[in-house]
Amino acid sequence: MVGKICGTGSYVPENYYDNHDIAKLVDTSDEWIRERTGIVRRHIVKDDTTVSMAVKAAKAALENGAVKAEELDLILVATITPNHITPGMACEVQKELGAVNAAGFDMSAACSGFVFAYNTAQAYIAAGVCKTVLIIGSESLSNIVNWEDRGSCILFGDGAGAAVIRAEDGEIKPCVMHSDGVKGEVLACESRHQRDWQKKEEAKETFLSMDGKEVFKFAVKKVPEVITELLEKTEYTAEDMDWFILHQANQRIIESVAKRMKVDIDKFPMNISEYGNTSSASIPILLDEMNRSGKLKKGQKLILAGFGAGLSWGATLVEW
Amino acid sequence: MLEKVKEIVADGLGVDAADLTAETTFEELGADSLDLMDMVMSFEDAFEVEIDTDSLAELTSIGKVVTYIEGLQK
Repeated sequence: MVGKICGTGSYVPENYYDNHDIAKLVDTSDEWIRERTGIVRRHIVKDDTTVSMAVKAAKAALENGAVKAEELDLILVATITPNHITPGMACEVQKELGAVNAAGFDMSAACSGFVFAYNTAQAYIAAGVCKTVLIIGSESLSNIVNWEDRGSCILFGDGAGAAVIRAEDGEIKPCVMHSDGVKGEVLACESRHQRDWQKKEEAKETFLSMDGKEVFKFAVKKVPEVITELLEKTEYTAEDMDWFILHQANQRIIESVAKRMKVDIDKFPMNISEYGNTSSASIPILLDEMNRSGKLKKGQKLILAGFGAGLSWGATLVEW
Repeated sequence: MLEKVKEIVADGLGVDAADLTAETTFEELGADSLDLMDMVMSFEDAFEVEIDTDSLAELTSIGKVVTYIEGLQK
């Protein structure tokens, strides 16, 4: 069996900070941010949480796919900003949806999270374990961003995206995933809870930290590699692909990847100007926008590629 | 090597290689840190070396890039 995306949905908070708002918090400017990232504004939670956004995106995806919540047998939530340590986000989403027949668990693979969740869903479907899977990427990164670090706070935003995947006859498509824990410190956020109860250590306020140069290098090197690796498992070349839907980390990263792959930049859709980097949510938000605006046509071939903290990176082939 | 470095810089920044010399600085070409990272990766591929990101601050001109890479190749 193979999983087919039958519905997509997304949600971002109404509240947003544009670059001028950010320039009031840290020493930066609209021009500086636009030139180096392509970001114009990012939506930031006010009353929403990672769970509430996930639920709204999921409901939209179920409606789009005409799938009832009771039909779901698995819910996978990719996030690094869950509401609770436990219960997991997937169970909280399950409760809100009334998806009483679904099992659920969370996946922590940062900006690769949605691709990893998609590949996991495909593996469960191919193995015959599940038939109807809801995958979600949801993040409220504003809660872990250091709003005093101009090198990183300009980049991130909040939001959620979801897809419903249904089993149908066919064979699983190629999917590729990698991790490199050795380089983990270049993009990291320490846990805020107490790590040694005997030391009576106060829970520390910790934030996301990033070595931008190393992350840029990692992304621009690994994304073309992983896409090549994926294509080698198929009978296709890069020219046969209709869209390359990359994690929206930075416009300059995506442009560098396109240039290195010698593929027209028009095949790399982007919405980073509106949302910034929403980690696991970026790919499903973009996918949903493309789906709803009619850009995705039946039979088109898409490559989804995620890359980020871990370090982790992966790609998957989707036939729409 | 100078010619190859010039070629990579010209391609990376969309300028004419004929206008570049060893003394040309990246600042005068208007390159930002992301442009520099992008070119560093092309240098790494072309000369089969690994350039430490901590060394980027030293690489202010085309000539300095050539000297740095020659140092790595010894």
